[in-house]
Amino acid sequence: MTEIQHLDITSLMTNLEQALKKEIHARSLKKTLIIGIHTGGAWVAEKLHSRLGLTDPLGVLNISFYRDDFSQIGMHPQVSPSHLQCVVEGRDVLLIDDVLYTGRTIRAAMNEIFDYGRPNQIVLGVLIDRNGRQIPIQADCVGARIVLESRQRIKLTGPDPLQFVIQDFVS
Amino acid sequence: MTDLENNIQLDKNGRLRHFLSIDGLNKALLNEIMDRAESFESVTAQKVKKVPLLRGKTIVNLFFENSTRTRTTFELAEKRLSADILNINIATSATSKGESLLDTIRNLEAMAVDMFVVRHGESGAAHFIASFVEPHISVINGGDGRHAHPTQAMLDMFTIRKIKGGFENLTVVIVGDILHSRVARSQLRALRMLETKEVRVVAPKTLLPSFTESLGAKVFHDIDAGLKGADVIIALRLQKERMRGALLPSGNEYFNCFGLTEERIKRAKSDVMVMHPGPINRGVEMESRVADGPYSVILRQVTLGISIRMAIMSMAMHSEHAATAK
Repeated sequence: MTEIQHLDITSLMTNLEQALKKEIHARSLKKTLIIGIHTGGAWVAEKLHSRLGLTDPLGVLNISFYRDDFSQIGMHPQVSPSHLQCVVEGRDVLLIDDVLYTGRTIRAAMNEIFDYGRPNQIVLGVLIDRNGRQIPIQADCVGARIVLESRQRIKLTGPDPLQFVIQDFVS
Repeated sequence: MTDLENNIQLDKNGRLRHFLSIDGLNKALLNEIMDRAESFESVTAQKVKKVPLLRGKTIVNLFFENSTRTRTTFELAEKRLSADILNINIATSATSKGESLLDTIRNLEAMAVDMFVVRHGESGAAHFIASFVEPHISVINGGDGRHAHPTQAMLDMFTIRKIKGGFENLTVVIVGDILHSRVARSQLRALRMLETKEVRVVAPKTLLPSFTESLGAKVFHDIDAGLKGADVIIALRLQKERMRGALLPSGNEYFNCFGLTEERIKRAKSDVMVMHPGPINRGVEMESRVADGPYSVILRQVTLGISIRMAIMSMAMHSEHAATAK
């Protein structure tokens, strides 16, 4: 496990925040609702929630019940429930995750969001966009784009301090 | 029986495979079921009250005995997990034409089902089916004879945990027909497994089986003494349909001696909770002022029954045997 020095969380957060502000302006999003994916995405979303000065409470999505691979990897025994206090129907949503990799998590998250209601728009923001997509999902706003080898996994640890670590898998 | 059940209910990693009785499970697993149920409660807040966990799985509800609450909450739980459901009405099925239980099961297996939820009037029926089904199929006991009704016991434990926070400091009193009650048997085992401080049973001698004390319960024949200082009171239904012989003079007489009244409940703690697995015989097990009163959590039990059944079914379906099958 290696700590990545060059991925400075502060500048990644600033990049993502700027990109989101630009996107909100360009699309004229109104009263945006921010939703983070448990756990790393929720940590990032919590920080962005205050930095963007959003008024509606932060939503947290736990996608365990929506994963497409639960029959292969099983489920964590304790699944902390999703927590969406606001109505999603008709809203402009910022969906936040720490890392965009295969795209499967985002697919599951969007499936879950639509079970709460039909949002007007969803903007996807991630701190790290890495290579290795398996389904056609792309981020609208990113903190940084990086290229890793397929045996490498990047993971956000936190919540205090937030830090990226890279793990090597020997297959 | 316990060892056998222990083997048959869990897979090689100790995860739930069938859910037949509380016997043979352990405290960690009971807590895991309740934790999982907790997480399913948010599904009710969704506009589409469904998660895709059991999408593409087929569940057969085999009810050889009448049931409203258990069958409908199982069915709702299955639907909220996105499973496909077959409800077999035994009264109009081939079983009534003389087909054996095992033949019925074999035929349903041939239709590629994944889970049976079984309610049967004979003790051990669910266990019997579980020991004969194909390896990828899970069996859930929805009540068998006088033996066990483990999903009811789990929803009762879940209701208690939600309201009281835990079991270690509680005095729980079960009142009524213990003799015929599969619910009481499962509750007694679960309460003990969860290390409840004190468990009491209050019943007339004719409705009390001999094994009660071996399950760690204190026996009372006087309701006023039994209710003293109680945190939780669970009333059980008088099971007239299972009573053979004159065990009781009348429902009225029972109410006079063992019925829950507002007056009697005053002997319990001021924040006591009153439970009943349903259906209630008003004026027999309790008066309406108690059933509909501020201490009653009877309808809450019904609601929580859905998430607890979602938890049990999703866990059984995702153990090793199911994941590797086909």
